[in-house]
Amino acid sequence: MSQAMLKVENLFCERDDRVLFDQLSFDVDSGEIVQIEGANGSGKTTLLRILSGLSRNYEGDIYWQGEPVDRVRDEFRSELLYFGHQPGVKALLTPEENLHWYCALHASLDPARVQEALEQVGLRGFEDVPCHTLSAGQHRRVSLARLYLSDARLWILDEPFTAIDKRGVAAKEALIGRHVARGGSVILTTHQDLQGSGAVRSINLDRQGERG
Amino acid sequence: MNQQLGASRRPDIGMGALFAATLKRDLKLSLRRKSELVNPLIFFLMVITLFPLGVSPEPGFLAELAPGVIWVAALLATLLSMDSLFRTDFDDGSLEQLLLSPQPLMLVVVAKVLAHWMLTGLALTLVAPLISVMLFLPAEGVPGLMLSLLLGTPTLSLVGAIGAALTVGLKRGGVLISLLVLPLYIPVLIFGTGAVQAAVTGLPLGGYLALLGALLALGIVLAPLAIGAALRISVSG
Amino acid sequence: MVEKKKWLPRWFYQLASPRWCFQICGKLLPGFSVAALVLLLGGMVWALLFAPADYQQGNSFRIIYLHVPSAILAQSCYMLMAVAGAIGLIWKMKVADMVAKSCAPIGATMAVLALLTGAIWGKPTWGSWWVWDARLTSMLILLFLYLGVMALNSAIESESTAAQASAVLSLVGLVNIPIIKYSVEWWNTLHQPATFKLTERPAMPADMWVPLLVMVVGFYCFFAVTLMLRLRNEILRRERRSGWVRDLLLSK
Repeated sequence: MSQAMLKVENLFCERDDRVLFDQLSFDVDSGEIVQIEGANGSGKTTLLRILSGLSRNYEGDIYWQGEPVDRVRDEFRSELLYFGHQPGVKALLTPEENLHWYCALHASLDPARVQEALEQVGLRGFEDVPCHTLSAGQHRRVSLARLYLSDARLWILDEPFTAIDKRGVAAKEALIGRHVARGGSVILTTHQDLQGSGAVRSINLDRQGERG
Repeated sequence: MNQQLGASRRPDIGMGALFAATLKRDLKLSLRRKSELVNPLIFFLMVITLFPLGVSPEPGFLAELAPGVIWVAALLATLLSMDSLFRTDFDDGSLEQLLLSPQPLMLVVVAKVLAHWMLTGLALTLVAPLISVMLFLPAEGVPGLMLSLLLGTPTLSLVGAIGAALTVGLKRGGVLISLLVLPLYIPVLIFGTGAVQAAVTGLPLGGYLALLGALLALGIVLAPLAIGAALRISVSG
Repeated sequence: MVEKKKWLPRWFYQLASPRWCFQICGKLLPGFSVAALVLLLGGMVWALLFAPADYQQGNSFRIIYLHVPSAILAQSCYMLMAVAGAIGLIWKMKVADMVAKSCAPIGATMAVLALLTGAIWGKPTWGSWWVWDARLTSMLILLFLYLGVMALNSAIESESTAAQASAVLSLVGLVNIPIIKYSVEWWNTLHQPATFKLTERPAMPADMWVPLLVMVVGFYCFFAVTLMLRLRNEILRRERRSGWVRDLLLSK
């Protein structure tokens, strides 16, 4: 690999008259796990939203495989899986319908494995019930099931382990480990310590804030 | 090292398939929330009822008023239902996912607006004959009324969706969306009522319908662009 | 960020710098203020005292010397607002956003002025304060469009989001203005027999339209002055934390 998968240069973002980060630069190579750390309100979610392309309120440059990300937006999106604060699960649809909808949006999600993925996240038997009868944790699991379907190269995960039990966390960590072993990359925030997922590089936004 | 990722990637999903999937999803969502489904229709009926009560129940007078009243009520009913178009998607995070799809956003947007129109504009068009009887609109005017609503209400949905997309990030978009969108509805209102009046007096309808069609064509071409841009801005904010 | 796009002229980027824009506005202000004052005063005196009275309407027609310039300005201000908004959207240029934001209240005021003078003119001409005349109705709708943009701008908290959303809305409005104008005119001919039309009159003699021209130019200068004043305020407000604004304030 001659160039980083994702390269961030001199990122600057302020919100409500407060500088969240200034001159933030880092690379994410394939096979890497990058954990974004920082206190509450330090801009972790904002950073992930900027990296995924949802938020445009920043200055600086982001490159995807050497190209400015704005120029290769479609290629970038087809290699991206984003798991945000809101799980993005429709309460009125069943888990299965929800996942099939995602498969229609993203070619990187494989609809043939929907059943298998739901089983992996422990929602077997719930395929056909509307999601509003499920708990908050189950909602998140429906959304996390996308990880089992995905062969996108970059995963951006915002607090993926919130409201997930211990066994679930271990399974997700194993999944992340497999993804990285296949040459994918993961950028995530979490309050939990990652264990057994190989090398994790962390970027601390608190120190960034002090500098800025 | 990278061969495994993306090796089994499906070729991109056809645009038609995505369009159909979105349409089906949105219709399904609306049909599972039946109470909200009929709200615009009930509102439409209620507004119509206010006019005889507030102005005069005299048949001749009502007949004269009918084209304008029906169109204004249809316009308000559409507007009322507009706010929810992107709001639930915004609240539960599916809008973010939608914006991150590599598929063309315009396509998804058009499908969503079409689904919305089928359950509001089209429904209003179908109950219009009933309303026209209540307001003593001469029978000759009914085809004109239905045709003008059929051509005009999709434009209302498209333009309203711009307002909905611009205000989706705000906690209370309700009144604001009316302020933004109502002035833009005026041409449709003018040509729509013009068509009905022409039909009542036996004048040719073609011109009005052509104008409404032209507005719709312009709306289909330009509105999805604006809606897409507005959604990205609202989600970014 | 700016250095990458070399295909636009240099002044374009200079304009993009709030500081440079603040300074250039400061230099232009006195000239425009004098021009506006001279043209407006001169035009007003000429229009009210020396221009001939209209053979049909007598002296009441003289209100066009306020009505027409404000109506023209209300429209061109919308255009400027939309174009500035588009530039802000496409090139992420902060100054353009500020121009668009500063334009809206001025344009809305001009539309109100046009409506008021139209109403005052209507009283002696049509015998009522308000007539659903095509031009007045279009102006009213234009005012609504301004109010919509302003309402949206103030409803969104994040400044950059507000600017972008308002820009999209004003562009949508810009596309719609010709359609609205056409449809309203068409509606008007349908519902009202051709009455006496404001401003659409047989060729005016030169001693009537020259003062009008002076007034229009004067209004533009006045508009430039108010826009620059508002823009400078906006620049100071938004850049209040940058070094040069602090230096500027401390030096005074």
